[in-house]
Amino acid sequence: MSKLDKSNLISRRTVLGTAAAGAATLAMPGYLRAQSGPIQIGHLTPLTGFLGVMGEWASLGVQLAAEEINAAGGVLGRQVDVQTEDSINPENAATKAQRMIERDNKDVILGEISSASTLAIGQVAERNKKLFIATGPRSDVLRGESCNRYMFCTDIPNTVNVNVVGESLKRDNMVDGRKFFTLTADYVFGHDLLEAAERFFEANNAELVGNELIATDLTDFSPFILKIRQAQPDVVCLNLAGNQVPNFAKQYAEFGLPFPTVGFGFNTVDGWAAGPGNITGTWPAVWYHTLDVPASLEFVERFRAKFGKTPENHAWIDYIAMKILAKAMEETQSVDNEELVDYLASGAEFDILKNRKAYFRDWDHQLIQEAYTVTARDPDEVSDVLELMELGQAVPGPDQDLTLIYPTREQSGCSL
Amino acid sequence: MQIVFFFEQVVNGLVLGGYYLLIALGLSLIFSVGGIVNLSHGAFYALGAYLFVEMLPTFGFAGAAVISPVLVACLGILFERLILRRFYDEDPILSLLVTFGLALVAEQSIRIIWGGAPLLASLPPDLKGSVIIGDFLFSRYRLLMLGVVALILLALWLILQRTSFGRVVRAGIQKPDMVAALGIRLQPYMTAIVMLGVGLAALGGALFAPITIVHPAMGDEIITVAFVVVIIGGLGSFWGVVAAALLVGVVRGVTIHFYPAAGEASMYVLMFLVLLLRPRGLLGEPIEKFEK
Repeated sequence: MSKLDKSNLISRRTVLGTAAAGAATLAMPGYLRAQSGPIQIGHLTPLTGFLGVMGEWASLGVQLAAEEINAAGGVLGRQVDVQTEDSINPENAATKAQRMIERDNKDVILGEISSASTLAIGQVAERNKKLFIATGPRSDVLRGESCNRYMFCTDIPNTVNVNVVGESLKRDNMVDGRKFFTLTADYVFGHDLLEAAERFFEANNAELVGNELIATDLTDFSPFILKIRQAQPDVVCLNLAGNQVPNFAKQYAEFGLPFPTVGFGFNTVDGWAAGPGNITGTWPAVWYHTLDVPASLEFVERFRAKFGKTPENHAWIDYIAMKILAKAMEETQSVDNEELVDYLASGAEFDILKNRKAYFRDWDHQLIQEAYTVTARDPDEVSDVLELMELGQAVPGPDQDLTLIYPTREQSGCSL
Repeated sequence: MQIVFFFEQVVNGLVLGGYYLLIALGLSLIFSVGGIVNLSHGAFYALGAYLFVEMLPTFGFAGAAVISPVLVACLGILFERLILRRFYDEDPILSLLVTFGLALVAEQSIRIIWGGAPLLASLPPDLKGSVIIGDFLFSRYRLLMLGVVALILLALWLILQRTSFGRVVRAGIQKPDMVAALGIRLQPYMTAIVMLGVGLAALGGALFAPITIVHPAMGDEIITVAFVVVIIGGLGSFWGVVAAALLVGVVRGVTIHFYPAAGEASMYVLMFLVLLLRPRGLLGEPIEKFEK
């Protein structure tokens, strides 16, 4: 003790003072503490499992958006701090969302791809009255029966995916009187995509001759490919998700069956993973990197400059979701979640790097926007995987109402 | 016609079983000889696929399918000498924890080196398409894979049965103390077994890369099936693992024929039944060191 210089010792008064200040800080209401520091965004997305590949793009997209916002001075004069975590599965997603809200004092929760995890986070958000912008899930039920005041969905729902591809199939005379065989991802996303597909088949005189539910972790499709051959359909239709799409595409090409494939669920990375010659037919797209809109092309260039790769649609969607949130905070001059919810549902328009601006519908909180089809090019014409698909025209057309392809209020079942 | 469809699934299941076998055989050998539960086996499978894709443009399909497993087998030397060797005489839980940690490190390393996005690997056009034999449809590529597995199986069986190396390994599985008493050090043999085991896993990864997506967590997708096969087959039994791999493939195919939703669960039900009725596995032999 004698060797210690007195100046190195912390006086009892200092200790007491610091403790009192710390206790006072802890006793402060959360919003008072938060207002002085950066705006905290909790970003949940699957980084592992069958959707993990897409989650990585989503995390890069939100990261780029936050960096751009901060470089331009932040929001309300405060920096934006995004914390990305792996949501793994619905239970884990709900636990992490609860922790982000209660312990980490996140101002807003944003992200997710899995519809099942989104359902779980949505319930946590509603219970805690916390704004949750669900960026990537597509299940109709999220903007239908399970909608809630605090959840907003930015991706196109399953019904839109079916309607967009359906119109293209009808144009190619591939629906009327045709026999369809579907493969469906065995969780909430696939189930309600199948329902939307069934409605489409029924309305357009097509016959569903077989459907198989596919476990999300299944990698070998050979027994199902044999069942497709046994059913002898006219068209094979895929309601699959994540890694299932490229795995099926590669193995279907391996067996070389003659029945054409189409899909009601697609992400850019599915095509990149499957490769030329394996992905065939027409698929829906919420956004594609070749979209000929100057703001979109500039985003692609900025993304490439930063990360050295081309953005996938989940990079775009988490990017625009973060930008929408920042705009909402600037417009309301607040991070108060009730004010943000009211603003987002007010019909305010947002530039989402497409030809037409988008807005959230007030009665189901769905982002109403243009959608597209992408069609696989002849593999002999493809020298780079980035040229694999050809982007179709925006749907609905420029002079049509954007809501034309979305579920109606009667179809939706959402009651806010 | 229904009966034809049924048998088509049975035969397809046998083909798939051959692929399971590539992964499970190495796992079984490493456990039987060294007593190591190698949870990082899937990482070597993934590494085999990644190296295959990496070498595909330079060495072509056949070249990459040979070189990739050989490189991974060489990596197996380091794996055995630097890590596994310390745990032969320890509680198996320690090796289990170490190899589990290694699997996580390996997956993350792959992510750092190659990125999280899947790598592209397609079948050469000549190997695409199917062959119809009788009423049965076969993928041309899977028939080739089955041929490769059959050759490897034959070679492995000859090595284990007809060579002095095989005699020591078999004796090492049953009575390592007696082998030591005869003045034979098992460690060099263990190095060879680990090389063989992880090399086979890498070959599985390389052969499956063109028909599945190559991504950092792909090892996790196969490791559980491989363990199920080893448990059903029984420890220390070469033919037990062979029978179990084929059985798991067939049971899965037949279940998908009748009740598709239970396809992936069928192998676990099978494992449960086998453990219930025959805890040592189908052809498992009592092994002295595990009987304590």
